[in-house]
Amino acid sequence: MIEVQNLTKHYGPVTAIRDVSFRVAPGEIVGFLGPNGAGKTTAMRILSCFMPATSGAARVAGYDVFRQSMEVRRRIGYLPENVPLYTDMRVAPYLDFVAEVKGVGRAERRGRIAEVMERCLITDVQNRLIGKLSKGYRQRVGLAQAIVSDPEVLILDEPTIGLDPRQITEIRSLIKSLAGKHTVILSTHILPEVSMVCTGVVIINKGSIVAQGPIDTLVQQFFPTARVEVEIVGPPAAVRSGIGGIPGVVSVEELAVTNGAGRYVVESSRERDVRGEIFQVAARQQWKLLELKRVGTTLEEVFIRVVAGEQAAEEGGA
Amino acid sequence: MRVWPIFKKEMRLYFTSPVAYVVLTIFLVIAGYFFYNIFAFFTLASMQSAMNPAMARDMNVTDSVLRPLFSNISVILLLLMPLITMRLFAEERRSGTIELLLTYPVRDGAVLVGKYLAALALYALMLALTLLYPAIVVYFARLEWGPLMTGYVGLLLMGATFIAVGVFASSLTENQIVASITTFGILLIMWIIGWSADSVGGPWGKVLQHLSILERNDNFAKGVLDTKDIVYYVNFIALALLLTLRSLEARRWKG
Repeated sequence: MIEVQNLTKHYGPVTAIRDVSFRVAPGEIVGFLGPNGAGKTTAMRILSCFMPATSGAARVAGYDVFRQSMEVRRRIGYLPENVPLYTDMRVAPYLDFVAEVKGVGRAERRGRIAEVMERCLITDVQNRLIGKLSKGYRQRVGLAQAIVSDPEVLILDEPTIGLDPRQITEIRSLIKSLAGKHTVILSTHILPEVSMVCTGVVIINKGSIVAQGPIDTLVQQFFPTARVEVEIVGPPAAVRSGIGGIPGVVSVEELAVTNGAGRYVVESSRERDVRGEIFQVAARQQWKLLELKRVGTTLEEVFIRVVAGEQAAEEGGA
Repeated sequence: MRVWPIFKKEMRLYFTSPVAYVVLTIFLVIAGYFFYNIFAFFTLASMQSAMNPAMARDMNVTDSVLRPLFSNISVILLLLMPLITMRLFAEERRSGTIELLLTYPVRDGAVLVGKYLAALALYALMLALTLLYPAIVVYFARLEWGPLMTGYVGLLLMGATFIAVGVFASSLTENQIVASITTFGILLIMWIIGWSADSVGGPWGKVLQHLSILERNDNFAKGVLDTKDIVYYVNFIALALLLTLRSLEARRWKG
């Protein structure tokens, strides 16, 4: 649904994105991640037809964003980063304007706007001036204008920024409900959000893509080992060597020792679940096993490893 | 061309913010003040001429009331019109709404025309409200309808030109004050450019004379409908709008 090939954009001497390629399948929700200034907004502006790339091609819904811009624009909903809205307009007339500009027919407009306001939880402020709304409400009005024409593709730049925790949950479930029928690409800083909402991620750093794919695949790619956290009362050296002797265990790392109880992180190959054997070792040695749990790898760790690894490679190269 | 929704949105913005009301009020107060003084002076002169028939021969409503009124109104417009147009693009750029507007399925041209027509409609409303003054004149004196009509056509064309220049200036900047001062500067220079015609002389003097807005308006007020003047205004408007379109497209190639 979204196909980006070798996209490059220069601002004068500065290269915002370099040779970026990725694709998003229909119905997918893809998270676009990267540190500040990585080029996320630039990529989104190109996809939304706001400005052209210096070189490369991008197709949205089967149309070229530069040559068939009108066709693309008819099929997208876009929410820019800072949620620009007409502060001197009221919510309902504003959405009516957007719907009309986007070609929603007069007959269906009223019902459509009511439905979108309902979904974005802004029905109660429909007669208020946008300028008088709180940040959270404005964010949701912005989202409402993006989905008001029921577009095939949604391009959302930081859709949950500035919302309170309850609103964040609501907006996330709204975005999640869009999956399947709509293709969504959203950028964010909040990594847990991506794991909760997105099916795949594209990680961009300093203008180039450093990793992309389904979240599980990325986790396995960058963290080939599974991890288990154990709390055991026993002599640390013996515990380390005892657990280290279990087949499949790659490393045992001591985190802290308090009142004789030590916490350890055990890394092992993903194929083997070593928890049972850890229990057996502890039982045999008569160590008290206080806690034994699997630790999932978060996207955050992947992100930090990818971005930091990139930096290290660059410094090594230089 | 989806001009209509853009037009409606701009009209709504004029009237939900105080801009339209303030501009309308100030315009009508000042224009009314001019009208009162001109008409009062005309009344006085008429009474005097009743005693001196030789003087009465040269007196008529067109020359003594309408022409000075229209020329005064055009000076007010020179000052007020930049305030109507300054918001149109500058505010969209400052607040970032232009990023959404220009990614909706409308062409830049439709956005431009919608905004231009909205400003023009507001101006037409301003002019329509001044029709009260000739209505008062009709009650007391005999009015020549021809010059009245051409006078208004002239004002409409001149205002349409001012708006085109204002829209262009507004598309250049994200600061409304800069947009308004630029508009005023361009208009004032075009207004008085004919003054240097005599000192320059020759063919260039003629060119400067031709470029001047000041020269145009009095023709209409006298009741002269010259295609030369109409072509002048239409050219001026077309050039300004074309430049605006280029300035909107600049984002596509600016690096």
